[in-house]
Amino acid sequence: MTYLAKPKLHHPTLRANKLGFTRRDYEGKVSTLCAGCGHDSISAAIIQACWELEVEPHRLAKLSGIGCSSKTTDYFLGNSHGFNSVHGRMPSVLTGANLANRDLIYLGVSGDGDSASIGLGQFAHLMRRGVNMTYILENNGVYGLTKGQFSATADAGSKSKRGIANTDAAVDTVSLALLMGATFVARSFSGDKKQLVPLIKAALAHSGCAFIDVISPCVAFNNHAGSTKSYDYVREHNEAVNRLDFWPARDAITVDYAQGDAIEVPQHDGSVLRLRKVHDGYDPTERIAAMNHLQQHQAKGEVVTGLLYVDPDPQDLHQHLNTVEAPFNALGEKELCPGSAMLHKINESLR
Amino acid sequence: MTSADAQSVKRIEAVNDFVVKFANVNGSGSASANELFAKSFLRMGIPVSPRNIFPSNIQGLPTWYEVRITERGWLGRRGGVDLMVAMNPQTWDEDLNEIEPGGYLFYDDSKPLPASRFRGDVNVIGMPLTEISNASYRDARERQLFKNIIYVGALAGMMNIEPGVIAELIGEQYKNKEKLLKPNLNAFQMGYNFAQEKLKGRLGLTVKRAYNVGDKIFMEGNAAAALGCVYGGATVCAWYPITPSSSLAEAFQRYCSRLRVDKESQRNKFAIVQAEDELASIGIVVGAGWNGARAFTATSGPGISLMTEFIGLAYFAEIPATIINVQRGGPSTGMPTRTQQADLLACAYASHGDTKHPMLFPEDPNECFYHAAAALDLADRLQTPVFVMTDLDIGMNQRLTEPLKWDDARRYDRGKVMTHDELEAGKAFGRYLDVDSDGIPYRTLPGSHPKRGAYFTRGTTKNAHAAYSEAGPDYVYNVQRLLKKFETAKTLVPQPVLREAAHKTKYGAIYYGSTSPSMQEALESLEAQGIHVDTLRLRAFPFPDAVEEFIAAHELTFVVEQNRDAQMRMLLVNELNLDPAKLMAILHYDGTPITARFITGEIAERVRVLNVEPLKKGKAA
Repeated sequence: MTYLAKPKLHHPTLRANKLGFTRRDYEGKVSTLCAGCGHDSISAAIIQACWELEVEPHRLAKLSGIGCSSKTTDYFLGNSHGFNSVHGRMPSVLTGANLANRDLIYLGVSGDGDSASIGLGQFAHLMRRGVNMTYILENNGVYGLTKGQFSATADAGSKSKRGIANTDAAVDTVSLALLMGATFVARSFSGDKKQLVPLIKAALAHSGCAFIDVISPCVAFNNHAGSTKSYDYVREHNEAVNRLDFWPARDAITVDYAQGDAIEVPQHDGSVLRLRKVHDGYDPTERIAAMNHLQQHQAKGEVVTGLLYVDPDPQDLHQHLNTVEAPFNALGEKELCPGSAMLHKINESLR
Repeated sequence: MTSADAQSVKRIEAVNDFVVKFANVNGSGSASANELFAKSFLRMGIPVSPRNIFPSNIQGLPTWYEVRITERGWLGRRGGVDLMVAMNPQTWDEDLNEIEPGGYLFYDDSKPLPASRFRGDVNVIGMPLTEISNASYRDARERQLFKNIIYVGALAGMMNIEPGVIAELIGEQYKNKEKLLKPNLNAFQMGYNFAQEKLKGRLGLTVKRAYNVGDKIFMEGNAAAALGCVYGGATVCAWYPITPSSSLAEAFQRYCSRLRVDKESQRNKFAIVQAEDELASIGIVVGAGWNGARAFTATSGPGISLMTEFIGLAYFAEIPATIINVQRGGPSTGMPTRTQQADLLACAYASHGDTKHPMLFPEDPNECFYHAAAALDLADRLQTPVFVMTDLDIGMNQRLTEPLKWDDARRYDRGKVMTHDELEAGKAFGRYLDVDSDGIPYRTLPGSHPKRGAYFTRGTTKNAHAAYSEAGPDYVYNVQRLLKKFETAKTLVPQPVLREAAHKTKYGAIYYGSTSPSMQEALESLEAQGIHVDTLRLRAFPFPDAVEEFIAAHELTFVVEQNRDAQMRMLLVNELNLDPAKLMAILHYDGTPITARFITGEIAERVRVLNVEPLKKGKAA
């Protein structure tokens, strides 16, 4: 219903967060995606997570590449600056933006064609560098805007809407993210908001490169029998390793867990991740164990979800580059220009 | 070959004006010895212009270093060689061929060569370099390295280079490295003494102290451009290694480590990312520019090709970006170590859709410094990608150039950025509105204001308020405004430099970039032949009005450039809607720097043909 303007009047009893914002203040334009699209659920989860986390909308920058998923950045956080950039190249644009001003929260939204096909290189190198951001990959295994071609995350053997089986091996983005050095790696399902919202909150609070692969069925081209990215398939094969509760640094933990039922992972900023165990013995701070678990369970056809790995004390690109605290875009001549006296010395050394 | 034979040969005799070429093997350590040789003239007040002619290789392939010693200060490549220092048997024949009749061949005669390997019209000077070096040093690497210093010593002895000057240079090079200082001085002295004793009077090329260097500095264009980026306030540099631009990013790193570390915190006021490819380099630059930091990348032609999608986005989305293109011969597997000016069209119209971009054309390292800093200002002011079009000849050779200056009162032009306070005061904001009628809209930076000024950046599907729109009129409004902005750019870019000939003339010549020193020299030669030409040195695209006026004021204008397709001429014809017959191309594009001899010859020949009165019909004999 894109031709309808969104009503500006809000229900008077909408709950406001501590900043005085209601959920509406975190919404964007009306979505132009298909009714039932998994991506819209993810946008709703982002809105919910930002509202709950009390993010100041203008202190968040949202960037994306090209594709259905990348369009969604216009459909949430209308009071944030957004950048719909080049196909597969959101990671580099976001890296530059992050270098220019380290004080903002960076949210990158991408799709499987964008990240695993055309942009696989930038995806991998962003993780290597440890850019402080939340990377949400809305993964449906298919190209929507160009009408139904397989993407690189489509599983070998899964069928297209026309019944043709994919013969290429799938790129597993979470395995790749683990291998490339992402410090927060999760997988979720657009149909499971209870799992997704806390994951997004924890990712936004993570002070390193946080990656969430969200299986997000494409109702138009990849929701049929034979697809491994359909609502039915994912619901049947979803194997969560844990359920996450996220406690921001400022909040007291109010839920008690029976001894041994949960792991607590304090984060760098003082926030706490509480993981209710679903799989016995799964420790999300063990990177190699996470990779093993993923390989073993994916081989059985399971879709492994949950917080797969987190480094509680991550390093980011700014630390690697030893940059100053102040945002670069606030530095002027005084801080940046060495001046004429120094130039005189340089001239002297070149004679 | 004996000295008796040599005496019967004509000898070039020259003081402070000749060309020496060193033929070496890549990786043999000759570079620092050769640089020592070149710098010694500068310390004697004699201008010099050296050029590396090197292969795409780390070790083993031939490499040359050509030094023009020129009291008059002509810094272009002269062409021809008066003395060949032939240290590479692989290239012996071609090196021998290049020597001017009456010129000199200096070689290592430790092993005798048959007379058939020499030329009758060239004076041969042999010296047992390997023998001397082997007798003095044990280690194989030392033998090789000091052999280079020994020949520098011998050349100094024959040319009357003041030994004190060389000692001073060696002293500076090995300051605090006593272990290296002494053996280098000894090797130099060994060569010098040998020449004094055994080669006296054999070389007709000598030098004497002059006073023509003044306060000029000796610097590579890449280093100067990097320093321009430091002074111009660039904080983000993203790059991918590519010859001949790599040393620019590396120089930026070096200068920043010295000049941009916060004293208190010991933390960096710069970020350099060696990206995975040129797509990521430009992506990082665009992201940083969008977010208000000054960012640049340095690359060469193949890198530009990879960047073009992003360049188009930055053009339409109106994001500042500075791209320094150190041009070389194309394509990717082309002539990476040879110079050209052949990326003009690729940069002027880079990307898909209707795009055009400002370009600056520095003529030497001094202008590399200013243009790099100016590009950062222009990119912010115009909110668009700006190219600095240098080339290998300027970028990778040390060049004598005016000292760099900076006005401490100068302020960075950050362009039209609407601030928090302006938004708070209720100033209206529409991202792509032409408020000031100059085609340049206002932008806001992410994070500036809690309620106002946020906008969504995308390519062209937008209206003047940055809302999604595929409507034709919205598209047309935006791209017409971009054209107006390009008109505005004409008044902001560095203006062309006019030089009028001594006499009124119907001929004009347009040139730009590294052609400059050879052009200046050619003009003097042409004038000596009675050929007068007014010149206009272009410093930027789009072309300021003065360019059209210059062409209109002349019957014919030569366009001198270093590419096959006369790319600047094409731009002039196209952008100024000119009659192509008004512009005559003078083209040099074999990968070597253009010479004054070439320009003089080409223009003189064309003028001769043009001045011939055609025979009238029916009167033919």
